[in-house]
Amino acid sequence: MDERPGFGLYVHWPFCQAKCPYCDFNSHVASKIDHSAWVSAYVDEIRRLGAETEGRVLDSVFFGGGTPSLMAPETVDAILTQARSVWRPSNSMEITLEANPTSVEAGKFRAFRDAGVNRVSVGLQALNDPDLKALGRLHSAEEGRRAFGVARDTFERVSFDLIYARQNQSMEAWRSELDEALALAADHVSLYQLTVEPGTVFAERFARGGLRGLPDEDVSADMYALTQDMTEAAGLIGYETSNHAAPGAESRHNLIYWQNGDWAGVGPGAHGRLSVNGVRYATEAPKAPGAWLNAVREGAGQEVRTRLTDLEVLEERVMMGLRLRRGIAVEALDGRPDKVNYINGLSESRLLEIENGRLRLTDAGRPLLNAVLRELLA
Amino acid sequence: MTDLAHIRNFSIVAHIDHGKSTLADRLIQLTGTVAERDMKAQMLDSMDIERERGITIKANTVRIEYPAKDGQTYILNLIDTPGHVDFAYEVSRSMQAVEGSLLVVDASQGVEAQTLANVYQAIDADHEIVPVLNKIDLPAADVQRVSEQIEDVIGIDASDAVQISAKTGLGIPEVLEAIVARLPAPKGDRDAPLKAMLVDSWYDSYLGVVVMIRVIDGVIRKGDQVKMMQTGAKYGIDKLAVLKPQMVDIKELGPGEIGILTASIKQVRDTKVGDTITHEKKPCAKPLPGFAPSVPVVFCGLFPVDSNDFEDLRDAIEKLALNDASFTYEMETSAALGFGFRCGFLGLLHLEVIRDRIEREYDIDLITTAPSVIYDVFMRDGSKIKLHNPADMPDMSLVDHIEEPRIKATILVPDEYLGDILKLCQDRRGVQLDLTYAGSRAMVVYDLPLNEVVFDFYDRLKSVTKGYASFDYQMIGYAADALVKMSILVNDEPVDALSMMVHRDRAETRGRAMVEKLKELIPRHMFKIPIQAAIGGRVIARETLSAMRKDVTAKCYGGDASRKRKLLDKQKAGKKKMRQFGKVEIPQEAFINALKMDG
Repeated sequence: MDERPGFGLYVHWPFCQAKCPYCDFNSHVASKIDHSAWVSAYVDEIRRLGAETEGRVLDSVFFGGGTPSLMAPETVDAILTQARSVWRPSNSMEITLEANPTSVEAGKFRAFRDAGVNRVSVGLQALNDPDLKALGRLHSAEEGRRAFGVARDTFERVSFDLIYARQNQSMEAWRSELDEALALAADHVSLYQLTVEPGTVFAERFARGGLRGLPDEDVSADMYALTQDMTEAAGLIGYETSNHAAPGAESRHNLIYWQNGDWAGVGPGAHGRLSVNGVRYATEAPKAPGAWLNAVREGAGQEVRTRLTDLEVLEERVMMGLRLRRGIAVEALDGRPDKVNYINGLSESRLLEIENGRLRLTDAGRPLLNAVLRELLA
Repeated sequence: MTDLAHIRNFSIVAHIDHGKSTLADRLIQLTGTVAERDMKAQMLDSMDIERERGITIKANTVRIEYPAKDGQTYILNLIDTPGHVDFAYEVSRSMQAVEGSLLVVDASQGVEAQTLANVYQAIDADHEIVPVLNKIDLPAADVQRVSEQIEDVIGIDASDAVQISAKTGLGIPEVLEAIVARLPAPKGDRDAPLKAMLVDSWYDSYLGVVVMIRVIDGVIRKGDQVKMMQTGAKYGIDKLAVLKPQMVDIKELGPGEIGILTASIKQVRDTKVGDTITHEKKPCAKPLPGFAPSVPVVFCGLFPVDSNDFEDLRDAIEKLALNDASFTYEMETSAALGFGFRCGFLGLLHLEVIRDRIEREYDIDLITTAPSVIYDVFMRDGSKIKLHNPADMPDMSLVDHIEEPRIKATILVPDEYLGDILKLCQDRRGVQLDLTYAGSRAMVVYDLPLNEVVFDFYDRLKSVTKGYASFDYQMIGYAADALVKMSILVNDEPVDALSMMVHRDRAETRGRAMVEKLKELIPRHMFKIPIQAAIGGRVIARETLSAMRKDVTAKCYGGDASRKRKLLDKQKAGKKKMRQFGKVEIPQEAFINALKMDG
């Protein structure tokens, strides 16, 4: 892994065929999409942001959503062409696209590859039909496996997502599902524990007393530990809280986030972080698709831009950096000697350790990151 | 001034929810005392808390003009009294100011414990009593049965009870006629020296201290120089008024009349309820007997969650005490909670009302410690300590014995729940004094230690009888018992705010229940936490709260950084709501909830 986080471009495609009940991302269902209007908006935005970040080397592009595999390959192509013209592409530029594993989308994989996409992340989510249904997914397990097969054959690098600690999922059921998943995997997987996020259908159901049978804290902790052991045994190291990869196969783009790098965010609700003349800004675009299109049409000033204080920069560095197994360089905490006491207290409880000049969570501390952050940053 | 024959003074006696305030509203409405458009439900309950809880806390009065069927117009003075046991003292003194009572009984429910307690006070005050059966429009109303019950249990004739529905207005004119025809007119001598009873007093932010009086003899006028016979204080009358229920100035009040006065009195504590007001120059010969002052029986500590709020809390408590002579306070320091106040209350409802008012009207988050009673601790050296706070308990080796206050509790309960009630009273160290039947209801009288009642007895009573039991009590004195101080240790540190006095035989059960409850109430920490109950150095119950095992956000990418940071900021604010003990954070609710027993 490279310590220099590099510079990335995040492109948000806000549309889905259907909204999943657990998802709190900025996604919308639309009956009709004017693809040409979207192409020109993305292109304009990239030109505007490119002018501000002139001379930077582009290490990664990530198409997220929403469901970016619903994009027309021509849109992806136009965006990438524009990006290559405003920034200098690095030699090993990673271009990732999140894909839904339906047969329709698998049919577009070749066209995406031709546009320049070299990595896909497939949202399998579960490997059995009843659980896929409970998660509100539109594809079957078989369809998912087949689509992932097509992806493996089409792209240089592939990954998939699974959601575990689902309703009524036993330890044994997860063990065998993960076994199957690891047999299917190439060199990268994202394994997320199901969390009930505010504002989702699941949250509503949960508040009404529904969504029973979610594993309790002890069971989810055991599942987490099992997941670490099994992936590691399969050679996929848990390099981040929920991400596992063979050495060198980590998601370059996501490392930019976790290593506090800069990226430009384009699309409805997209966030960005830009350092200009030594000042770091957080940017956020209007969330609603129509509002974003209008804002872009009207020209500059379409995003909310906040100057981050030194403390906020530090907080983000710690918050994001401790998600990584390798942690953060201790120098990153310079200027906050008051934090050292906390760190000492946490080391006593064996949740944090400092090794070779890096502060990181121990194996016991990794599933307790939020609690550690409350101590460290409060 | 009204002549005596045209005055009727009365109060309404009822169990909570039997319709006392609704009847009062109807009387006010029907006589046009308050214009229809100004009418609010529960006209006389003026505090938000009173309206919300459907209870009356302070006595209120209203003067009603009623043109009766005999062609004469009468002045009816209604004193609306509190219904709850905590405020029984207010009831008893208000009763002294009037000649009669309406006894309101819910015709679908029957006589309840508070009905009994209050009606006996009316009988003690020599009241003429008019029974009123309310809610006769309900399908469950049983006029015959409830009338018999009134005769059997209370022993007054209910054959000519007025049948009403305060909700629909049915029978209200008959109530007004019964007040005129069946309640006696007051007696008094207009030409005798002034003799007036100080019935109540309260603080009004515009007027200062307002005093409610009932004139017995003589006439009081604005500008008069008067003397309080017990305190000896002298005042000039600034204002004289009657309540309709809004204040209406009046020139003078004569015998039998009820009204209010102001006289540049600084605080409520300067007035003594039951005192006799007379003219300074021409005093009456003999004062009224006066009332015994009400004394607090339940104590607890009130601490600000945020120690920066201490001064605001002091201010709030001082202001509330200005208006409530029965609420006492003194500063207290707790190792666990910092600076706060040890406060005394008339009962648990009184405690809750004061606590709610501080939290709401003054916006201060409070930690309330375990309620306690006053123990008499007899030391080996012959001295005696009044113990208000278990944390101050002296070393047991120096103690000879401990006495605790006991009460006589009267409980009325439908047959089918009798067994549960007997078990509850037995579990709370009760001694049965009486058990009688009235129809399908049992009346149980128990001698119980007050400390077993102060916390959740009433809640338990309600829940084991699905709300059908009613309860009232009076203090009957002190008795010795085998009491010990139980301490609670969290992560090996004693938490003084959770220590309590318990009976030795019940200590283990109580301690077990407490530590189990605390285990649920304290969130997991990053380390395991022993929670123990101990008597002296001996641990009698222990639980271990396991260390937290998982708390991590599964997905966190670029767009989540800002959101995550905001969440952390919120958690920083939430952290202030916890009290830190050593390294353990105990949430504020835990202090009260830990004491609630399920069995």
